[in-house]
Amino acid sequence: NNQHSRQRNYKTEFESCRPEIVPLDFGDYHPLKPITVIESKTKKMGRKGSTSSTSSSSSSSMVDPLSSVLDGTDPLSMFAAIADPVTTTVNMDGSRKKRDRDDNSLVGTDFEPWSSKRGDILARYTTTEKLSIVSCKTTTSTSAMSEKVRTRLEELDDLEEGSQRELLNLTQQDYMNRIEELNQSLKDAWASDQKVKALKIVIQCSKLLSDTSVIQFYPSKFVLITDILDTFGKLVYERILSMCMDNRSILSDHFSPENVNDTAKETCLNWFFKIASIRELIPRFYVEAAILNCNKFLSKTGISECLPRLTCMIRGIGDPLVSVYARAYLCRVGMEVAPHLKESLNKNFFDFLLTFKQIHGDTVQNQLVVQGVEIPLYLTLYSPAIDWILQCIAYHAPEVLLTEMMERCKKLGNNALLLNSVMSAFRAEFIATRAMDFIGMIKECDESGFPKHLLFRSLGLNLALADPPESDRLQILNEAWKVITKLKNPQDYINCAEVWVEYTCRHFTKREVNTVLADVIKHMTPDRAFEDAYPQLHSIIKKVIAYFHDFSILFSVEKFLPFLDMFQKENVRVEVCKCIMEAFIKHQQEPTKDPVILNALLHVCKTMHDSVNALTLEDEKRMLAVLINGFIKMVSFGRDFEQQLSFYVETRSMFCNLEPVLVQLIHSVNKLTMETRRVMKGNHSRKTAAFVRACVAFCFITIPSLTGIFTRLNLYLHSGQVALANQCLSQADAFFRAAVSLVPEVPKMINIDGKMRPSESFLLEFLSNLFSTLLIVPDHPEQGVLFLVRGLLNVIQDYTWEDNSDDKIRIYTNVLHLLSAMNQETYLYHVDKVDSNDSLYGGDSKFLAENNKLCETVITQILEHLKALGKDETLKRQSVLALSFFNSILAHGDLRNNKLNQLSVNLWNLAQRHGCADTRTMVKTLEYIKKRSKQPEMSHLSELALRLPLQTRT
Amino acid sequence: MGTVLDIKIKRANKVYYAGEVLSGVVVISSKDPVQHQGILLTMEGLVNLQLSAKSVGMFEAFCNSVKYTLRCDLRRSLLAKDLTKICEFIIHSTPQKGKSTPSPVDFTITPETLQNVKERASLPKFLIRGHLNSTNCVITQPLTGELVVEYSEAAIKNIELQLVRVETCGCAEGYARDATEIQNIQIADGDVCRSLSVPIYMIFPRLFTCPTLETTNFKVEFEVNIVVLLHDDHLITENFPLKLCRI
Repeated sequence: NNQHSRQRNYKTEFESCRPEIVPLDFGDYHPLKPITVIESKTKKMGRKGSTSSTSSSSSSSMVDPLSSVLDGTDPLSMFAAIADPVTTTVNMDGSRKKRDRDDNSLVGTDFEPWSSKRGDILARYTTTEKLSIVSCKTTTSTSAMSEKVRTRLEELDDLEEGSQRELLNLTQQDYMNRIEELNQSLKDAWASDQKVKALKIVIQCSKLLSDTSVIQFYPSKFVLITDILDTFGKLVYERILSMCMDNRSILSDHFSPENVNDTAKETCLNWFFKIASIRELIPRFYVEAAILNCNKFLSKTGISECLPRLTCMIRGIGDPLVSVYARAYLCRVGMEVAPHLKESLNKNFFDFLLTFKQIHGDTVQNQLVVQGVEIPLYLTLYSPAIDWILQCIAYHAPEVLLTEMMERCKKLGNNALLLNSVMSAFRAEFIATRAMDFIGMIKECDESGFPKHLLFRSLGLNLALADPPESDRLQILNEAWKVITKLKNPQDYINCAEVWVEYTCRHFTKREVNTVLADVIKHMTPDRAFEDAYPQLHSIIKKVIAYFHDFSILFSVEKFLPFLDMFQKENVRVEVCKCIMEAFIKHQQEPTKDPVILNALLHVCKTMHDSVNALTLEDEKRMLAVLINGFIKMVSFGRDFEQQLSFYVETRSMFCNLEPVLVQLIHSVNKLTMETRRVMKGNHSRKTAAFVRACVAFCFITIPSLTGIFTRLNLYLHSGQVALANQCLSQADAFFRAAVSLVPEVPKMINIDGKMRPSESFLLEFLSNLFSTLLIVPDHPEQGVLFLVRGLLNVIQDYTWEDNSDDKIRIYTNVLHLLSAMNQETYLYHVDKVDSNDSLYGGDSKFLAENNKLCETVITQILEHLKALGKDETLKRQSVLALSFFNSILAHGDLRNNKLNQLSVNLWNLAQRHGCADTRTMVKTLEYIKKRSKQPEMSHLSELALRLPLQTRT
Repeated sequence: MGTVLDIKIKRANKVYYAGEVLSGVVVISSKDPVQHQGILLTMEGLVNLQLSAKSVGMFEAFCNSVKYTLRCDLRRSLLAKDLTKICEFIIHSTPQKGKSTPSPVDFTITPETLQNVKERASLPKFLIRGHLNSTNCVITQPLTGELVVEYSEAAIKNIELQLVRVETCGCAEGYARDATEIQNIQIADGDVCRSLSVPIYMIFPRLFTCPTLETTNFKVEFEVNIVVLLHDDHLITENFPLKLCRI
């Protein structure tokens, strides 16, 4: 009635099980070798179905289905290529100066497109004033019926005369929505073939551009309305192009007018005639400019004749602001359609210079008084337009032209506005080499005109991208900062300072940066001005971090931490802290114990940690924990282990709300313990023994504060192993006992990445792991034999397992494996300097008897379970389990024992009884038994094999 | 859909000159076979006469009321309706031989040059100069020129080009003169920059203009007015007769 484990010689078994060592020929084909596709992909794809493929089995013939699907244009990168207005504005400062000087007449990617400007303009020029809009009385009334009755031209006239209404008192958002509606109705009208209505809508929209009431909103209005015009221009162009495709040949991009058929030409001409008869100047200009591209259908020289005429036409626009935006639009269309026609660009700018004096004329001044707008604000409204015109001119322009433009601007009075645009539009290198000149010019500017801080800001932006001559650098900083520091308005000041910080970081040392930071603190502290400047302050921090990768230098900048104190709004402060930590993790190469860094970063991490509350999102917590863990991993006191441990103790008390940090700390301490062992080469002195016990204690008291049940279980096991390795036997015992007593608490379902999943598989895994460790844990002298195993078995027995799962039996089978391993004279593995039960008991018969008794109990349990599976729906499971149990006995049991022998025969039959067994598996098993029986001392297996019938195949 | 009848004229712009052949095709598209009792092509030229509102007993005829149409009828049996398609086309008079000689005109407008002024003294001071490149215009070419506001006391609100057609009918009882504005083009909007030339540019509308016509008892003539509106609502008009021709 005993379970007999067979005696095993692990060493010889291990060797016999080892796979034969085969020398590897690296020249051979290897499945993991990178696939190199040599032949054309599309060709291969086409042949997919055919069997006549000539390709050999070599890797070159393989077609990577992913790469061939994405052949050419990958949809994601295509999306990325389309400039997103929101994101591109962020990168604006960076992208705009990336211009190289190749002489290509087409606009390259180095030309910053309009699309990247529009978001910025919309965000910058806003209003709280009420707006009004003139629109058609009923946009839907032009039904198909009335279309027939009235001639189209009459309808066009109609729009120009009576049928309009004025919508008053619109908020900016209402206004923008209304314009978007117009945009939509334009597309709808076009789609439903109501071309005249579409034209009416466009005319109506462009009329809005002649209205300068609520002038501070004008730049944004321009952006919105020219979007509609662009849409219209595209629609007309594409329609006419589609008419050209009649005769089966598609026109290439560079078609010539001779290839355009008469119908298309006539339609095109019709558009131009219709537009030429628009009464008002501004709509006539804008609509014609919008379809400028269509001139290509009529004649080769069309565009080059049109552009100068339209340029001249703008002279008729009296309001200087309206006219400069009209010029900007013409330059925009011109750059898109015919970028090689640079003359018109220049002409537009010179014309603008001729009308520059108007800005200071009575008509404009009166208007500003009525609207209550100050001159400096008014002047900034020009910037987007002038910037754009100059950017078009400066694109690939020779140095001479730029110099000439600059000289012309210099000559005019009150030229700060122009100066600013020159700085924003011209190449950064051009500006940087003349930085001292520009400072001189800025200083001479009229105080009451264009805001000076904007001028310095523009200059600073250039200097952040291109370097001025070495000899001028310090003087530039001094001159600029002299002015900046005198700015009284904190917003003006910070906008400027933000930009110049980069220049300072780029060319100077921590001393200058410190001075600058001190100055910023001085300006932003009074009246808590920093509260309105968090984005700029944040950007300053980012710039400083970007240039100071060495954190010991960074934190020795005295004003850096006081600067951080200005971030008093919690979420902003946390964002800044995150930035700093990210930079630290990215740039810190070596572990550090620098007290300056540690103090500062502990403070930073503490700030992040303290922001966590009940409402913090899981993702945010994870993010913060990753950053803090990154920091903890980079701290090392070298051989000063005590110091290291006390650092961990300190951080534990600091970051107790972030569980992943505690987990990291436990791992770090365990690592420290093992490091100590390594240093002592396994022989702890009295001092180190006390130290590792302290480490173990750290883990022991930290683990219970965690909530994740498997986190706790695994850490108990892990820490127990570490304790065992360091000869802390009673501590290890405590860990394992804690783990065992925790198992009943494992819930049925656990939350993994936000989803509820059954926990059994995790439990199974953990328990197997634990059993493997228990093999080498020596019995506690005061407790009975195999105290821990028994305890664990009781827990497993009482645990509520899933009704339809066999995991409990799987565990029992594993327990049998453990018990059979424990029966061996020498165990499979040991921990250095720890006596396991094999040496403790030395094969004592009492111990073996206890062991066998346990086996018996477990086997009884298994057999009971097998019996319970005798119902129809569970026969398959029964068969599988029976076979698995049979295999276990085969591997671990001594089959010379009759009872065991009989049991295995019974199991074999049970597995096959209901025809559920897989015949192939059974055959293989039998073959294996026969093979094994040929080995020494295994001859009894051949008898067994005779008693194992194979079910005949039916 | 049934049967669809369509006329396709060869020339896309549908413009023909006297003596030319108008050619093209009639397209009948149908899924099923079509029975007919003849396809008829009719050409019509119509002048729309209407009673003048101004002088009793007069008829008025306008340029744009002259209409040429091509009509196609598909006669069918009693059961089915006849199908008809009408297509309009345009006839231009034969181009005149030879080149029209350009006749540039310079002009200066000041309070002193104006006629029909009640109180010359109350007028704000101004000086507007300019020129038309030619008053002899080719109908397919734009009217061009330049205008410079050298000086103006009052702010300028608006400058427009007004194209006027003058039709004169003469008969035994005298003659009737009728002037119609056929196009109005704004060339300046708001207080334009002083001493900076503003272009004068106007394309003649295709449907409302024809070459200047002079017969013994019927005349069609064109004029252009440069209309300057000042901010205090003073209206200044300068008139230029034009001679349109087709080459």
